[in-house]
Amino acid sequence: MSKLVITDLHVTVDTEDGPKEILKGVTLTIDDGETHAIMGPNGSGKSTLAYSIAGHPKYTITGGSVTLDGQDVLSLSVDERARAGLFLAMQYPVEVPGVSVSNFLRTAKTAIDGEAPKLRTWVKDVNAALEQLNLDPTFGTRNVNEGFSGGEKKRHEIAQLELLDPKVAVLDETDSGLDIDALKIVSEGVNRFRAREGKGVLLITHYTRILRYIEPDHVHVFVDGKVAASGGKELADQLEAEGYDRYLNPASA
Amino acid sequence: MTVTTDSVRSALEQAPLDKVESHLHPAGSYDVADHVVPTGREEIWRFTPLKRLRGLHADAPLDWRNTRATWNAPEGATVGVVTGDEATALRGVSGWAPNTRFTARILAEVPATLLVDVPADTEVSEPIVIDVDGTDADVTSGAHVVLRFGTHSKAVVVLNHTGSAAVSAVVEVVVADGADASVVSIQDWADDAVHLSHHQARVGRDASYKHAAISFGGDVVRMDANVTYDGPGGSAELLGLYFADAGQHIEHRIFADHTAPRTKSHAVYKGALQGEKAHTVWVGNVLIRKVAEGIETYEENRNLVLTDGCQADSIPNLEIETGEIEGAGHASATARFDDEQLFYLQSRGVSEKEAQRLVVHGFFNDLIRKVGVPSIEARLLATVEAELAKNVLKELS
Repeated sequence: MSKLVITDLHVTVDTEDGPKEILKGVTLTIDDGETHAIMGPNGSGKSTLAYSIAGHPKYTITGGSVTLDGQDVLSLSVDERARAGLFLAMQYPVEVPGVSVSNFLRTAKTAIDGEAPKLRTWVKDVNAALEQLNLDPTFGTRNVNEGFSGGEKKRHEIAQLELLDPKVAVLDETDSGLDIDALKIVSEGVNRFRAREGKGVLLITHYTRILRYIEPDHVHVFVDGKVAASGGKELADQLEAEGYDRYLNPASA
Repeated sequence: MTVTTDSVRSALEQAPLDKVESHLHPAGSYDVADHVVPTGREEIWRFTPLKRLRGLHADAPLDWRNTRATWNAPEGATVGVVTGDEATALRGVSGWAPNTRFTARILAEVPATLLVDVPADTEVSEPIVIDVDGTDADVTSGAHVVLRFGTHSKAVVVLNHTGSAAVSAVVEVVVADGADASVVSIQDWADDAVHLSHHQARVGRDASYKHAAISFGGDVVRMDANVTYDGPGGSAELLGLYFADAGQHIEHRIFADHTAPRTKSHAVYKGALQGEKAHTVWVGNVLIRKVAEGIETYEENRNLVLTDGCQADSIPNLEIETGEIEGAGHASATARFDDEQLFYLQSRGVSEKEAQRLVVHGFFNDLIRKVGVPSIEARLLATVEAELAKNVLKELS
């Protein structure tokens, strides 16, 4: 089972002029096995939602709740959230000099599972995950995100998704900056994850392009820190045709 | 094998280089009287806590017998103590004249020299390890060490310092043409030790020299690691790794003096600091003389500050007398843990402490690999782990 419930979430970020409210009451439920796409213009707060769920220290929760299978997520530390079953694929994955991908993956897997993975199956799993994402076998010896191309960074995020096997994955603009081949490879990885029993996905994107490869169950339009409209896949088609204007300037609609 | 004074003299009688006026490299002299006792206001002494040096910078007795050294002598190399004329002939064998009082005193007053000789065309497969173990930090001593690598030879020398001692030392390194020499100096002293040292290397034509300074233990550790070049094509890699705990003063200075064309110097020093009044100093001096056309130099110092109350001073100096070079650059950065790195690791389930541990190991890993001595690598990784256990990982245990 995996059910992520976000209720009336309010989040601020500290600026030079004092705290600024970015999320203004977000309510959203991702039920067992569902994929939700969140679409919105730049600056609407989409990434803030992703980072707030993951627990980035830059953001302050001022109201509302987030629960995963009934457990209060907001009271957990960043690593506890990950161990509870949340995963955030980042838009800008961070370089960790001197730490190899294979060491990083093994350390993360050990932390998530509470015990070291069985060596023989683990090496096989890692190699398979890298290969499916078209990453060279020597990839494991490289330092985490150091010198990776934009596409390699995103494929590495999805390899982690498949290996760490969370309950709910939040994908923050995983499609941005990818060419069409890389987009397909990344989408296939996400779809393999979705095919597993009961996995939830929150797919945050600026473009409709990725929705051709990852078909969402629900689409939400995110404007000015909250959900402005919700619907099925047809909402994405409408956004593709009309853009965000009608949500940004309600008077003209 | 002996060295004649003639060969020393010929080394010193090379075509004179243009004099460069600079406070960074005062003219040397073998006469102790030419060097006044430093007051701490001098540029080259301003960071060093002179009061804690037990007089090594001034007039403390320098009885060489107070430092006990043992060594292995793998096949191909000879290691031993020489005295008398033989030792005298080795003073200044690196083509350098002392620029500080303590180095002038060692050359003038210490009657013996520990000499490592690697004959020409000899490859010594096993590291030559010299263990210096001190028993009493209240007894001061001075040492003169000469490491001589013959033409086209290849060897690794490890100077391993442990225990309690108050030692000043001059280590002169001669890397003959085409040789491939590595010198690793590990300062893993007890908490009360004081160590003041000057390593001076002369790198021959087309020779490679790697110098690794690794400082973990001791109350005050200061090392100057200098390089000059005997001919074109020589290259020097200067590596440093240090970890300062509460109250420790660890100071590393390098000086790559590009005295010949098409030579290279590449310096990477990395340090971590933890605890009240942990103090590290890195001063990276590079001089590109007029004659040094076509050279390449890069120097880098990075410090990771793990707790409050530490101080890391980092000063790169680059003096350029000719613009006809391949490249010259430097970088210096001192920072705390990167929050974004820790967040990324934690978002993968790794606890904060474990994430910090990964980041510190990662910070040092590339450097440890560059030292390139497998038997030392494991020990360095273990030492980094032990240092981390004092602070970063304390809550884990």
